[in-house]
Amino acid sequence: MAATDAELAPDQFEDLVDAVTGGPVELDGLVVQYEDDGYVFEVPDLHREHLSVEELERVAAANAEWVSNWHFWNVVVGGEGTARRAFLRWLEATDEHSVRARYDAMRDGGIHHEWGQLHVTVELGEVGYRRYELRHVDDSEADPDELTVHDEPRDLRDLSKYDDRGRYRPLKTAPSLVDGWVLPELTSGELKEALGVVYPATVENWHREHEGNLDVSHWRETAERQTGIYGVVEELPREAVEWVTEAACVDSQCLKRREWEYDEDDDLETPGGDGPFPCREPCSLVVAAARKWTKLEEEEEHTYEFDLTPSEKEQLEAIVDTVSEGRTDEIREADVYEGANRYRARYLRAKRFDEDGNLCGVPTEE
Amino acid sequence: MQALVIVAHGSHLNPESSTPTYAHADTIRESGAFDEVREAFWKEEPSFRDALRTVESDEVFVVPLFISEGYFTEEVIPRELRLDDWEPDLWESDGTSASQATLYAEDVDKTIHYCGPVGTHDAMSDVIVKRAESVTGNHDVGDGFGLSVVGHGTERNENSAKAIEYHADRIRNMGRFDEVKALYMDEEPEVDDVTDYFESEDVVVVPLFVADGYHTQEDIPEDMGLTDDYRKGWDTPAEVDGHRIWYAGAVGTEDFMADVILERAAEAGADVRDALEKVREATGGVPASGD
Repeated sequence: MAATDAELAPDQFEDLVDAVTGGPVELDGLVVQYEDDGYVFEVPDLHREHLSVEELERVAAANAEWVSNWHFWNVVVGGEGTARRAFLRWLEATDEHSVRARYDAMRDGGIHHEWGQLHVTVELGEVGYRRYELRHVDDSEADPDELTVHDEPRDLRDLSKYDDRGRYRPLKTAPSLVDGWVLPELTSGELKEALGVVYPATVENWHREHEGNLDVSHWRETAERQTGIYGVVEELPREAVEWVTEAACVDSQCLKRREWEYDEDDDLETPGGDGPFPCREPCSLVVAAARKWTKLEEEEEHTYEFDLTPSEKEQLEAIVDTVSEGRTDEIREADVYEGANRYRARYLRAKRFDEDGNLCGVPTEE
Repeated sequence: MQALVIVAHGSHLNPESSTPTYAHADTIRESGAFDEVREAFWKEEPSFRDALRTVESDEVFVVPLFISEGYFTEEVIPRELRLDDWEPDLWESDGTSASQATLYAEDVDKTIHYCGPVGTHDAMSDVIVKRAESVTGNHDVGDGFGLSVVGHGTERNENSAKAIEYHADRIRNMGRFDEVKALYMDEEPEVDDVTDYFESEDVVVVPLFVADGYHTQEDIPEDMGLTDDYRKGWDTPAEVDGHRIWYAGAVGTEDFMADVILERAAEAGADVRDALEKVREATGGVPASGD
């Protein structure tokens, strides 16, 4: 492809020569080094040696993609060993695809990835620079004209703070990110910043997992670490921890993939989830909720007697189920066939609750 | 490379709790003082546990956006940041004099300069006075005015009240206001009886809280009698028992707090000299008293 062959800026070549002065340059199939009698330039299917600097410049220009790729990764991105670099290289699957294949893909519609509810696209900019686009996964096919354009990663702070009903999202990885926006032209640094705003620390913990050093804190260890008002959570029974994870940690509630268990050799049965980024310990929301459940679990069970018709019993079950699944909004105003319909609930309350709100007039025993 | 991590409480329920933290972090970010600036929260994300791994710098300055030394700054934050060799004695503090301690966080292999909370920094006295100026719209406010610094107060932690008294004493010593009094929500002397404690007709009330929320926007205004229902709002000043009460919002929302955060990091050895000037320009701040 002749059009791309010229895509090397003079300073990129200068950076290459500077780098070679410090030792051989090697990345993604490109090797450039200086030997006693001149430069050596190597890419797959090409080996040139004894090159003067002028000859090196011509060879580099003729193989611009390899050089601009090196420049992007080692001068623009840098950060050897960091989560940021590993993540950006993972986006391009650099260990699976050649520079040419990646450049073709980035030129031809871009390389796409999902990160929670985020849709990331990597495209090729000028002289090998990458351009990153970020939008909601539900908008992956949307016409950009239909989306609100934002330039600053910081704009995502407000966009990700509330759900589509305007309610505060205390858990950033809850699957309730609003759609309708796009950040069309981010640099690699801005992309990393944006991901840190929407899903803090997910890239770093994903990287640790990839490197085999994710530091998981299981339930026992986390509960025992707590002090103050949260000190009680270590008394939560094991079976209740199972219910906690079912309540708060499954994919319908949180997009992190739970890697912590009850204890190191004592796994929970609740599915951990399928997301790309791991959850390395019970979060503050889970600990705070567990405190409430610990107190509730301290109560003794009582036998109550209620007189309900079969449909009324089923209706109570339907109400709990509907609230649990967050579906109350979906029940149509006049859909009296749904147990959790508001008129149905009000009817049940009118019939079965006394003036103190006791079901069937049965008082709550302390 | 050096990073600043501002650690704050945050909230599961109140979306505005983190707003001042982000605002001050943005101010410092724009000053270019640090290669990286990060916010971390007890109740939000990134959590204290994950915060240090989100910066690439080897040297990290951690500044707690908390009002007093105590349970959070001495126990929760160091534990959650995994500062294994931490002990409160490293601060050599009398309860309001913590500056910094240099520690090592093993899980991230970084040097951590763990600073004292912003609330006990001397410059906070200036922030409180600044708050009084903004709420009265009078740059020279003081003569004929009483000033009350209001703290949460809690019997569990004596340092909580110490921080409030510390600033009340300092402001009293400035000789600027006719009367200065520390009052509390949860202990005597209580803010409910604010008018009992002042002879001055005009009293400025500044809550020493990091963020506006339930306490500063609901509890305190109702307890002082500024309004019978916080949802209806209140006048500034509001007439209560023959006094005019000028109630300011939480001190932590004052722009000048960004300077205090920078001062904390500078005292711990961060190279922020040029940035301090820029931030002071942006926030209209003044050098901390005692400089």
